Amino acid sequence: MTQANPSNTAQALPLPEGVPGIVADWSSDQRAFKNVPWGKAMMWIFLLSDTFIFSSFLISYMTVRMSTTEPWPNPSEVFALTLFGKKIPLILIAIMTFILISSSGTMAMAVKFGYEKNRRMTFILLLITAALGASFVGMQAFEWTKLIFEEGVRPWGNPMGAAQFGSVFFMITGFHGTHVSIGVIFLIIVAIKVIRGDLDHERPGFLTGRKGKYEIVEIMGLYWHFVDLVWVFIFAVFYLW
Amino acid sequence: MAHVEGQQHDVQGQQHPIGIYLKIWGLLFVLSTASYLVDYFHFQGYLRWFLIIVFMLLKAGLIVAVFMHMIWERLALMYAILVPTLLLMVLLGIGALEADYTFFTRGVFFVRGLL
Repeated sequence: MTQANPSNTAQALPLPEGVPGIVADWSSDQRAFKNVPWGKAMMWIFLLSDTFIFSSFLISYMTVRMSTTEPWPNPSEVFALTLFGKKIPLILIAIMTFILISSSGTMAMAVKFGYEKNRRMTFILLLITAALGASFVGMQAFEWTKLIFEEGVRPWGNPMGAAQFGSVFFMITGFHGTHVSIGVIFLIIVAIKVIRGDLDHERPGFLTGRKGKYEIVEIMGLYWHFVDLVWVFIFAVFYLW
Repeated sequence: MAHVEGQQHDVQGQQHPIGIYLKIWGLLFVLSTASYLVDYFHFQGYLRWFLIIVFMLLKAGLIVAVFMHMIWERLALMYAILVPTLLLMVLLGIGALEADYTFFTRGVFFVRGLL
C-alpha cells in the first residue's frame, strides 16, 4: 500500500466530495479520475462511445418503425416457440434474458473474489460467466436459423409485414451478439490469466506488457455488464414494444 | 457513506459484500419476469409502453449503479459518463420528428397515387 508509485497522483491533493469534488478533480492539473486505474477509466470511455453506437441503432430502428406505412410484424408472435405442444410467446428471448442476467451476477462475484485474491473462485466464476455467454450466443444462432429458414425473414423483406423489420433485427441483434462473442473470448483469456497466477505475480500482459493486476477482472466485468445493459434496452424496445 | 467506503479501498479496488450482488441479481430476475409478463398478459397501449420503459430503466439503473459500481465512484467519473448520454435524448427527439414527417409525406404520396 505504501509503495512508491510516481504515477499515483491521487493522494497529492485532498479529495473533497460532492460538486466541489467534481471541480477539484477536473481542475487539479493532474489526472481527472482519482481512485480509478487508467484502464478502468478508458473502459468507461469506450463504453460511453459504444452506448452512442447502440443508441444510434435503436433510434434508427425507432424512426423506420414510426415512418413505415406497412404493418410491423408482431415480435410476440414471430419469436414464439412451441414447447410441450403449447405455443408460448417470446419464451426463447425470455430465457436468453435470464441467462445474460445470471452471467452478470456471476461476473460481479468474480470481480469481488478477484480483489480478495481468491484465484480458484474467480477462475470458476469467470468460466461460468463465459459458459452462460456462449449459451446465449448459441440460442441466438438458433433464433436466427429459425427466423431465416422457417419464417423467411431477410434483411430486405419478410412475409409478415414491414421490410425494415428484418434489417433492424439482423443489424441490432447481430451487433449485440458480436459483442457477446468477443466478451466470451476475453473472459476465457482473463480466466486463464487468473488461474495461472499472472495477476498475483504481476506478470506483464501479452498485448500491452503492463503488470498483471486484479483490476483487469473488474474492467472485464464493466464490459460484460455493458453487454447485459444493452440487452435490457434491446429486449424492451425491440422484442416487447 | 458510500463514498467513504469507496475511498478506503481505493488501492485494492471496489470491494463490497457478496450479499448486495445476490440481492440485485434477484431483483433483476423479478424485474425481467415482470417485463415478460407485460407481453404474456397482452397489456396494450400506454400501459404497456409505460411498464416496459419503467422496468427497462430500473434494470438499467441497477446494473450500472451496483454491478458496474457507479454509485461508489467519485462524482467526476459518474458525471463524465452519465451526462453525455443525455445528449441522446436530443437525437431521439430529432429522430421522432423526422419519422413523423416521413410518415406524413409517404401518406400524401400514397393518397395522391389513389386519386
